[in-house]
Amino acid sequence: MNKLDLDWKPLALVPLLALLVLPFIGSPSTWLTLTVAGLAMGMIIFIIASGLTLVFGLMDVLNFGHGVFIALGAFVATSVLGSMADYTGSASLLQNLLAVLPAMVIAMLVAAGVGLAFERFIVRPVYGNHLKQILITMGGMIIGEELIKVIWGPLQIPLPLPEGMRGALLFGDAAIEKYRLIAVVVGVLVFGLLLWTLTRTKLGLLIRAGVQDREMVESLGYRIHVLFIGVFVAGSALAGLGGVMWGLYQQSVIPQMGAQVNVLIFIVLIIGGLGSTTGALIGALLVGLMANYTGFLVPKAALFSNIALMMAILLWRPQGVYALSK
Amino acid sequence: MISRLLSNDFPRSRVLAVLLLAVVLALAFTPFIFPGVKALNVAAKVLVFVVLVASFDLLLGYTGIVSFAHTMFFGIGAYGVAIAFTRIGPTWGALFAGIAAALALSFLLALAIGLFSLRVRAIFFSMITLAFAAAFQTLASQLSELTGGEDGLTFKVPEMLSPSFELAAEPFLGVSLDGRLICYYLLFFTAVVLVLALLRIVNSPFGRVLQAIRENEFRAEAIGYRVVVYRTTSAILSALFATLAGAMLALWLRYNGPDTSLSFEIMLDVLLIVVIGGMGTIYGAVIGSGLFVVAQSYLQDLLRLASEAVSGLPWLAALLSPDRWLLWLGVLFVLSVYYFPTGVVGKLRSMRAAAPRPPATGEPRPVLK
Amino acid sequence: MSDNLLALEGVHTHIGAYHILHGVDLQVPRGQLTMLLGRNGAGKTTTLRTIMGLWKASRGRITLNGQDITAAPTPQIAGRGVAYVPENMGIFADLTVRENMLLAARSARTAAQIDEQRLKWIFSLFPAVEKFWNHPAGKLSGGQKQMLAVSRAIVEPRELLIIDEPSKGLAPAIINNMIEAFGELKRSGVTILLVEQNFNFAKRLGDTVAVMDNGQVVHAGGMKELAENEELQHSLLGLAI
Repeated sequence: MNKLDLDWKPLALVPLLALLVLPFIGSPSTWLTLTVAGLAMGMIIFIIASGLTLVFGLMDVLNFGHGVFIALGAFVATSVLGSMADYTGSASLLQNLLAVLPAMVIAMLVAAGVGLAFERFIVRPVYGNHLKQILITMGGMIIGEELIKVIWGPLQIPLPLPEGMRGALLFGDAAIEKYRLIAVVVGVLVFGLLLWTLTRTKLGLLIRAGVQDREMVESLGYRIHVLFIGVFVAGSALAGLGGVMWGLYQQSVIPQMGAQVNVLIFIVLIIGGLGSTTGALIGALLVGLMANYTGFLVPKAALFSNIALMMAILLWRPQGVYALSK
Repeated sequence: MISRLLSNDFPRSRVLAVLLLAVVLALAFTPFIFPGVKALNVAAKVLVFVVLVASFDLLLGYTGIVSFAHTMFFGIGAYGVAIAFTRIGPTWGALFAGIAAALALSFLLALAIGLFSLRVRAIFFSMITLAFAAAFQTLASQLSELTGGEDGLTFKVPEMLSPSFELAAEPFLGVSLDGRLICYYLLFFTAVVLVLALLRIVNSPFGRVLQAIRENEFRAEAIGYRVVVYRTTSAILSALFATLAGAMLALWLRYNGPDTSLSFEIMLDVLLIVVIGGMGTIYGAVIGSGLFVVAQSYLQDLLRLASEAVSGLPWLAALLSPDRWLLWLGVLFVLSVYYFPTGVVGKLRSMRAAAPRPPATGEPRPVLK
Repeated sequence: MSDNLLALEGVHTHIGAYHILHGVDLQVPRGQLTMLLGRNGAGKTTTLRTIMGLWKASRGRITLNGQDITAAPTPQIAGRGVAYVPENMGIFADLTVRENMLLAARSARTAAQIDEQRLKWIFSLFPAVEKFWNHPAGKLSGGQKQMLAVSRAIVEPRELLIIDEPSKGLAPAIINNMIEAFGELKRSGVTILLVEQNFNFAKRLGDTVAVMDNGQVVHAGGMKELAENEELQHSLLGLAI
């Protein structure tokens, strides 16, 4: 991970995009609503992408099946929240949290468990071979998606927001949805936790060193394989959490959501640079903002705008904004 | 003469040769051996997939590039024909115009993609193509003016190929000689020509250089081959063949929509076939497509039977439901990547080998870091 | 308990299709400094990497303290008290000097837990390590990185130090410090296996010497004998010592 104070330009991209769009949107209150929505979406995407980028940076493994953990988390949440109707039906935020937090935790645990199996049976046999990794992890995702259909059925399931989290707060003219604020808060917390772990703990030190020189870390006596399993499982859990939040954001879940969000995640990682947490954050925020701005201005071009953004960034920095110095 | 035709790329395994011959003969005489509309549809689908997968094999098996944008070119071919027939009318001129336009578009896009790969790493490239394919599918359903949107386009084909056309009043050997039959054989011969052309390409000096690049890019560049040029050319060729496959599909179905040719499921099917059949063999595409399409069409019925048989155990019945066909395919796929990395063709060829021989052009070797 | 802390018997190593080590026999006596000499391509680095388990021996045996470590995974070998300084130094460029040292100090959770006495000693030998303590290690010069690499290997007590060309890019004053450090380490019972190109440096340090050529050890014996025997040096001179 690069030191933040050395390279500030990518960080400036986020406010830059927000400001550039302002004249096109016109009304400041609409702009504010859209920006918060974009940041919220971006934060959720970041939570999902952070695990994937660390896994790649550390062990050079690209998991094309990361989407399966997203979908899993979301579907688990439907089951948990579905069975806690008294809590979600209540207008009290506290009661809602008593349902949502367990849903998140259970979703993360399930995703982590599946992640463990995924690493053992799908990923481990193909270390070092990118081609096989792409093929096999994709196969893993297909299997996962089908199993979700077996358990929860192939159709869309609604995931309504709990009562207390609905609605918007008014800031002058601008209406800002409560849930989106919550999403931003959670995202910031996760980012903070990740950053703290990476920079202030020995574990984080091991991860950062492992990203640069795996062999040397092993020569210093650390079983980096165990570390990798840990990071993979943590990444899967984070994807599960992201899935819950994404499901609540869309208020519905479908088995294909894993594959759908996967595309966005990849765009984020390409923009941010594979292996960089901060890069993933910037990429995610940019993608979230872009999706919301174009959704308002030119709805048909939503996905394309993100691809155009990705191409533009690649023309500037072909390895992503924070490329690892490998 | 056979060796010239096959560009000296023999099956190299008796079993494989027999299988290939069986597939070719079965396809050639489907209307006579397997009566009925369904069988003909399945056979036509096999022909389309053979060309599509073989073109993908050129890119993946011989050049070592994983591109998820392959279905994009497939779709361009299909839409090219569909739009031409819709806009211009069911004439041969329209057919050629549509194909020409589609080829031109594919050429440009493949060129752009190939050149872009110069700037980014291989992994990035795969991810980018994934994003592109998703975007293209969205585009196709949104440009409803042109493409018919979600509903797609239904159109008529030139008279000689349409079902109502009769070549002869009397059926021949029990098969009525109508436009469908003619269309089928048009597809058959097109597929044969295209596959032979691909064999010629991969066995040419160009093809050898591709394999050298796949094995060791650095060395190839050091020897003096401009890797980007070769990769881009391969991407373009692969795209053009895929476009033609799309044209074949549209011609047969007389319909095209975003799900018919652009769906991610088709991309996955192509991946599955090329891995199970055998990467870097071209023949793998033939065997694989045959196995896959037939299985997909008929095994689903088998699954249905199995599922009903165990209806007492609901969870088992759900697992065996014919709708969950993809689940079992996914398991087969994962197992193939582990245990049969060289696919059916590679396995058959290696079984034939009595003495150790140099590795066939099978899966790309892992990179030593 | 044998005299040799480390012993290689008939070790062969293949890298891909290449057969690099053709039956290496090497003895590293306990408490002494063994020099491994030879020209480029002789297989010295491959030997070190094979000992560390970074490359697996295809044949032969490697024993450490009498225990077979031929197939042991690298972290396990390091865990038995072996410190390795590779030719490229293995410095984590994006981490600070402090963080590099902390990683090497396995028993310390934070920098504060690193043995202060030890650190003071290291600082006295290699002042650059103290000077650039909080700077990214990538900013150091080649010689400074070398100092950091060796410092990492000695920040905690180890039984065996395996070092690949430590004197590269170092000023004579620092080389002296390093010689002094190795001497002190030897006195405290540490065994050292050193690969060097520079014979004059090697002469001052080594107790035993092994010369490699074409993936085999072609001469092994005491350093004193070799240093006094000009004729032998000449005959082995073709091997660039």
